[in-house]
Amino acid sequence: MALTRQHPLATRRRGRNAGVALALAGFAAVVFAITVAKLSSGQMIEGFDHTLRPSLLEPAE
Amino acid sequence: MSGRRPIPAQALAVPAEPGLGAYFRLLKPRVMSLVVFTALAGLVAAPVWPHPVLAAASILFIAIGAGAAGALNMWWDSDIDRAMRRTRNRPVPAGQIAPDAARDLGLGLGLLSVIMLGLAANWLAAALLAFTIFFYAVVYSIWLKRRTPQNIVIGGLAGAMPPLVGWAAATGGLAVEPLLMVALIFFWTPPHFWALALFVRDDYDTAGVPMLTVTHGRAETRRQILAYSGVLAGTALALGLSPAGGPLFLAVAFWANARFLRAAWVVRRRDDATAEADGYAAEKRLFRLSLGYLFWHFLALMAASLLTRAGLGLPLVW
Repeated sequence: MALTRQHPLATRRRGRNAGVALALAGFAAVVFAITVAKLSSGQMIEGFDHTLRPSLLEPAE
Repeated sequence: MSGRRPIPAQALAVPAEPGLGAYFRLLKPRVMSLVVFTALAGLVAAPVWPHPVLAAASILFIAIGAGAAGALNMWWDSDIDRAMRRTRNRPVPAGQIAPDAARDLGLGLGLLSVIMLGLAANWLAAALLAFTIFFYAVVYSIWLKRRTPQNIVIGGLAGAMPPLVGWAAATGGLAVEPLLMVALIFFWTPPHFWALALFVRDDYDTAGVPMLTVTHGRAETRRQILAYSGVLAGTALALGLSPAGGPLFLAVAFWANARFLRAAWVVRRRDDATAEADGYAAEKRLFRLSLGYLFWHFLALMAASLLTRAGLGLPLVW
């Protein structure tokens, strides 16, 4: 066997590692998409950083 | 060096390290495809729809949850799978994946799918998914499968749950319609598996699995197939009359159940000698019909809901 030739075990591991990398990247993309979808639906948005938040004000008499 | 001992052939052999495909097969992709289809039907037939991204994510995590249940089943059943011809090439009995690795993957994906479904949809849907995984892995695989010939009847509840999970993911609540969808799959499971058991002489007794064909005989199995087919037809009609049904679903239900009941009646009237003579033609026909049965019913549910929302003005739902 020539030294440069890829061992079948290494080839299989590389394929598996690539699959795991793709799955992790896909998972991150799904979490990001869920976050964007939830925020665009108006959930959990306050949006008053560094400024006055009306919900914290005392109700006017 | 003259005293060097020869290296044993075993040490030189390439270890059977699994590829990605083996891990994918561990998740029972064919079962996953049915789960995706029926969960999608439950979600689409629901009166309110979530954001498309959240709907797609919900279906993805329901599918991953089903895969987790499949991996846990393969971990627990590896001894049975090794004893039967049909299953001995699965990744665990074939020696590609260690049983502990299958268990860890199942537990990990199960936990991930439940948490993520809770975050993407709601915690009712997540709880129902957790119950489904628990029911399939523990109640069916660990408790029932080796103890009672009613294993596939009771265990069928796990396979029947996806429409309810899909509906809950969309609405955040429960209703009669998704429960009827669950009942449709629940009562479909026994005739489907027993028709297969009649013509595929699996080595269940070698594996120690009490299948109805072995414990109560093949004539009793034929009677039970017809009985369940009758209940199945009644369930389909009830779903057709529910708010999720409608004229389109009822028409499909009449057509599919008339064919299914007729095929079950033919199977009931035969004995094994007759079946043997024509190569189990009637039993195979019933099994083939059962393969398309759920597809047509759930497709009709989805089509009626989608076409109605598209505003075509067709009287497809009540």
